[in-house]
Amino acid sequence: MDIFGSFALLLALVAAVYAFVAGIAGIITRRPLLIKSARNAGMAVCVLVALAVATLEYFLQTDNFSLAYVAAHSNTALPWYYKLAALWSGQEGSLLWWTFLLSIYVFFALFLNRKRHPELMPYVGVILAGVQIFFLTLNNFIESPFRILGAADGTGVMHMARIAEGSGLNPLLQYPEMVIHPPMLYSGYTGFTIPFAFALAALLGRYPGEKWIHITRRWTMVAWTFQTIGILLGAHWAYAVLGWGGYWSWDPVENASLLPWITATAFLHSVMMQEKRGMMKVWNVWLVFSTFMLCILGTMLTRTGLVSSVHALAESNIGGWFYSFLGIILAVCIVAWYKNRDYLRSDNQLDSLVSRESSFLFNNLILLAACFAVLWGTLFPIFSEWITGNKISVGAPFFDKVNVPIALFLIFLTGVGPLLAWRKTSLDGLRRNFAWPAAVGVASGIAAYIFGFRNFYALICLILSVFVTLTIFSEFYRGARVISARDHTDIFTSARELTMRNTRRYGGYIVHFGMIVIFIGIMGSAFNKDVERQMHVGDTMTIGPYSLLVQNYDEDTNANYDAQRATMEVFRDGKSVMMLYPERRTYSASQVTETIVAVESSPLRDLYVVYSGISPDTNQPVIHAYLNPLVKWIWFGGVIVVLGTGLAMLPNRRTGIVLRPVETRISEPISPEGAVAPAMAPITHRASLNE
Amino acid sequence: MAKMGGSVNARKKFVIGSFVIIATLVVLAYVGYTQSKTYYHTISEVSAMHGAILQQRMRVSGNVKDGSIQHVDGHIQFMLEEEGRTMPVVYTGTDPLPDTFKDGAQALVEGHLASNGHFQAEQIQAKCASKYQATPPGVAPAPSQTMANPAPVGSGS
Repeated sequence: MDIFGSFALLLALVAAVYAFVAGIAGIITRRPLLIKSARNAGMAVCVLVALAVATLEYFLQTDNFSLAYVAAHSNTALPWYYKLAALWSGQEGSLLWWTFLLSIYVFFALFLNRKRHPELMPYVGVILAGVQIFFLTLNNFIESPFRILGAADGTGVMHMARIAEGSGLNPLLQYPEMVIHPPMLYSGYTGFTIPFAFALAALLGRYPGEKWIHITRRWTMVAWTFQTIGILLGAHWAYAVLGWGGYWSWDPVENASLLPWITATAFLHSVMMQEKRGMMKVWNVWLVFSTFMLCILGTMLTRTGLVSSVHALAESNIGGWFYSFLGIILAVCIVAWYKNRDYLRSDNQLDSLVSRESSFLFNNLILLAACFAVLWGTLFPIFSEWITGNKISVGAPFFDKVNVPIALFLIFLTGVGPLLAWRKTSLDGLRRNFAWPAAVGVASGIAAYIFGFRNFYALICLILSVFVTLTIFSEFYRGARVISARDHTDIFTSARELTMRNTRRYGGYIVHFGMIVIFIGIMGSAFNKDVERQMHVGDTMTIGPYSLLVQNYDEDTNANYDAQRATMEVFRDGKSVMMLYPERRTYSASQVTETIVAVESSPLRDLYVVYSGISPDTNQPVIHAYLNPLVKWIWFGGVIVVLGTGLAMLPNRRTGIVLRPVETRISEPISPEGAVAPAMAPITHRASLNE
Repeated sequence: MAKMGGSVNARKKFVIGSFVIIATLVVLAYVGYTQSKTYYHTISEVSAMHGAILQQRMRVSGNVKDGSIQHVDGHIQFMLEEEGRTMPVVYTGTDPLPDTFKDGAQALVEGHLASNGHFQAEQIQAKCASKYQATPPGVAPAPSQTMANPAPVGSGS
């Protein structure tokens, strides 16, 4: 049976190589049959990899411990859904999973466009096949998930070994989120391959027109959504399972997932400059290229343990492969750009500092600065070792110092940018749009200061958040009012109508609002409190408005783990409000310690209680309690962001309004009715993925 | 960045604005760097050190020498050993040590060197040497003790 899986993988590699070679031959000879067969081969890769994945999963589900991978990452007692998760919990499996998700994307990219863009698609197919060849080579020859346990005897004959029980899945991974977090994050990572392929293909083939930029944008949005979900689920998992009271520690693996997200976000903004004003073409192409390269870099960081991470990664020797692959991609990108740089000449130029264009430029500048700072900090141990011979790492203060002001500036741009007119905004327009949201924002800042809210950054964040939220809602309100006056509908129906008529614009506002909610949640961390104490039974600790009384400690020992558990009663204003049961387990098979955090979550604050262990000095249990304000807003904001993105990807509802040509409106300041007419900006492409 | 001829004035303002932003960020980055830089050293490097370098915050890895763990004045002391060299370590942190911290475990200590040659460790990560070498990817070991003061994003300190 294992032969079946490895054979499918080998055939997938053959198919990818064929798609690559036949694709190039097809581009040169322009023979339609050759191009078609290359495309079919590219689609076949997906089927073959799916067979390999199904085989591995079958082995996991049927506890076939003759396979090294199954023996190392599963055991009989594991429930089926964690056996499913075991598929991507180890090195070989997760690389196979990467290949699989990529091949699904490739399948759809090729299939949906089989009748379109005949000049562009052959190039796309070749580039995608090239990426697949790299990963399939790793899957087949370097990190094969189908290695069987066995040893050669004295005569060189292999003997299969089958062990009775596997070593099981790391208990830290046995958490519901771990079943969906990796597929989401990987769907993000792999998804950025598609926009990369389209951008590079358009450049190589000098594909006329701007169509490719719309396609690239749509696919980037898909991958971006998955990446967003993946990052937030990862943060939530860290918060709920790792038990250190936080959700983000600027660990290399976390940073790796953030980097392509930042550049993709920058691209999703600056792409509008290209669509509407024909500017920033070189910049956009390089953003797409960088996003993809950062995905590969992130995969490399995660898979090779290049930078030591608390996410203790299997050290492996595949680093060289990734370095070479990154080198090849970079070389191809530079050559493609250099030879075709005239193709990317800009049509327009910056007219005014107070314009939509310049807000996008600043947005990109600041996002790229964030990306660079995070990348630099992550790779600093490597750079410093190369340059000075000393390995130096930087910690959270470095990342916070740089990224907090960047985040605040981004919030500011979020409020201002969308309401600035293209080319040049008049002072009058500025005043009309921003006067009262800014006034209310500052007023709430002053009010907060009076009530004892003294943290500088948090205060700025509050003012900006109020300001931005108000500008977003007033946009909805002004647009909806015009519709409701005309159609005699109530304001909420009108707002929905408004949104559906220009999903991209209003979906975008919703995404912005969700980001504000997330930032408010992050701002809450400025007010985190924590208390750590040794506690006897009957002791009380006070944190914020709560008092925690230890009622009892007990222990539980079973075959799987030893647990120590505290029973704590929580009082507020002298009244008993709830019971919490923080626990600490040590799994006997793996010697892994797991913290079972007791969290009481409310929109205002989380009470987060950890059984830290036994004090080495006094043999007393130590309880660590955290009071984390507003954490829930982060998860809630994430949901809004994802919904908004989904909305922005829907096609616009057709309206009876006669669309006015774009050019006539471009230099006008924003007017209330401008929000209604979808023609205000040429964002009415009924673009869909298969465009 | 893409060409921006247009209004020379607008372009100039944009360049100045960008410069101010970047310069601010560089200063902030430098401050953050000096506050949080941590050197990785081996025990033999540490023992050869002297002077101002001793003020560095550093991480040193090695194995916990068998039978060396002892409680002195309410602190844990032990010997960290690597390639035949040893270094005395005093744990000054407040978190309980991870359960994996025991004789023979691989340990990573973070802190600084005291004038008496003892390493003052504020944080200790430990991993059971024999049993669990390859933790599955994407996973942190014994968490609360292992993180280097993981301040959350955006803590406006």
